[in-house]
Amino acid sequence: MSRFNRLFISRWGPIIAGIAVGVLAPVLVHLGNPGNMGICVACFTRDMSGALGLHRAAVVQYMRPEIIGFVFGALIASLAYKEFQPRTGSAPLLRFFLGMFSIIGALVFLGCPWRAYLRLSGGDWNAIPGIVGLVIGVVIGVVFLKRGYSLGRTHPAPAAVGWIMPALMGLFLLLLLFAPQLGRTPEGDPTGPIFFSVTGPGSMAAPIAIALGVGLLIGFLAQRSRFCTVGAIRDVILMRDSHLLNGVVALVIAAALTNLALGLFRPGFADQPVAHTNALWNAGGMVLSGLAFTLAGGCPGRQVFMSGEGDADASIFVIGMLVGAGVAHTFNLASSPAGPAPYGPVAVVIGLAFCVIIGLTMREPVTA
Amino acid sequence: MSEIHIVDASGLSCPQPVLLTRRALRESTDGAIAILVDNATSRDNVRRLAEREGCQVTVEELPEGGYRLVLSR
Repeated sequence: MSRFNRLFISRWGPIIAGIAVGVLAPVLVHLGNPGNMGICVACFTRDMSGALGLHRAAVVQYMRPEIIGFVFGALIASLAYKEFQPRTGSAPLLRFFLGMFSIIGALVFLGCPWRAYLRLSGGDWNAIPGIVGLVIGVVIGVVFLKRGYSLGRTHPAPAAVGWIMPALMGLFLLLLLFAPQLGRTPEGDPTGPIFFSVTGPGSMAAPIAIALGVGLLIGFLAQRSRFCTVGAIRDVILMRDSHLLNGVVALVIAAALTNLALGLFRPGFADQPVAHTNALWNAGGMVLSGLAFTLAGGCPGRQVFMSGEGDADASIFVIGMLVGAGVAHTFNLASSPAGPAPYGPVAVVIGLAFCVIIGLTMREPVTA
Repeated sequence: MSEIHIVDASGLSCPQPVLLTRRALRESTDGAIAILVDNATSRDNVRRLAEREGCQVTVEELPEGGYRLVLSR
C-alpha cells in the first residue's frame, strides 16, 4: 500500500478531507458561490434539478460543477486503487424515497449536513438547531440499526450498472458547458432547460473550472478517507468511535479560520445568507434528513462519492435527491429566507412517518 | 481446537459489518471469528474496530473478490 494511501486509511484521512473542505468551501464563496454555501450537496443537487427543469424556481437553477467533480474525483480514486465495484440490489426503490425525503428535510433547513457545519463556521447560529436536529435524527436511526434494521445486501453487477452515474455526470457537464436551450415557449422560441438563474443563489457561482477542480480534489480525498458527515455522528453514538467525527471537527475549525481570514465570518441569527430563523423547523427538517441519511448508510456527500465508485444503490439515492428537489420546489415544500414554506412542515412529518416505517420493518436475517 | 465463528457481512451497508462484528465479539467467549466483507471500506472499518477491541487481525484477500478477516484474542 502506498504511503499516501496509508495516510488516507489512517486516522488522518478524514481530518485531511475535512481540512480540504473547510478551506476550499469558503474560498468558493469568496470566488462567487452563495454565502456559507461553498459546498452544499443538497442545495447544489437542487440547483442542478432546476437547471434540468425538474422544478421552475427561477432563483435556484444552475448545473453545479462541484457535484460533477465529486463523482469524477471519487471515480478516479476508486479506479486508481481498484475499489471501483459496480454493485446494486439493496432495496433501490426504498433508497430512492430515502433520497427524496432526505432532501425535502434538508431544504426545510436550507442545507445538508455539510452546509450545516459550514454555516456554523460562518457564524450563522441558525445552524445550531439544525445540527441538534441532525443529531436527533441520527440517534433515531441508530435505535433502528441496533434493533437489526437493514436494507439488505448489495451484489456485484455488470460494468454498465456502475458506469451510468459517471456517464450521467459527463452529460451534465456537457449540458453546463454547451448550455443548450432545449425547451420551447408557447410561441416556439427556444428557452431552458438548461436553465441558468439570473438572480438569486442560482446566479451566484465560482468559475466553472475552479468549482470542478475543487469537486475533483474533494471527491478524491473523500473517497479515499471514507469522509462522511453523518457517519461522524453515528459512530460516536453507536461505538464511541470518533474517527469520522475528527474529520467534521477539522472541517469546522478550518472553515471558521478561512472565513475569518476572508472576512466571511458574520456571527448572528438574523439576515444570514440563504437561511431562516425558524429554529423549530431548522431542527425539524434536519431530524428527517439525519434519519434518512442514517437509514441509507451515509450523508449525501458519501452517497455521491459512492455513486462514483460504481454503487448503483447510492446512485439511486442521489437521483432520489434530484427528483426530491424538484418535488420540494414544485409542491411548495422548500423554505426561503422568510421561513418554512406552507407545506414543508407537513412534508417533514410524512417523511418521518415513512422513515419510521422503513426503520421498523426492514430487516436482514443475521447469518451465523 | 476452537472453532471459527463465521460472520457473513458481505454486501451490507455501513455500519452493519461493524455492528455484526461487535455482536460476534461479545457473543463468542473463545475461538476466533472470521468476518467476510466485500469491499475495502468495510474491511478497514472492521479492522479498526477489532484492533480497538484488542484483537489480533489477519486479512486475507479472497480470490473471488472481497476479504476475510480473522479476529482472535
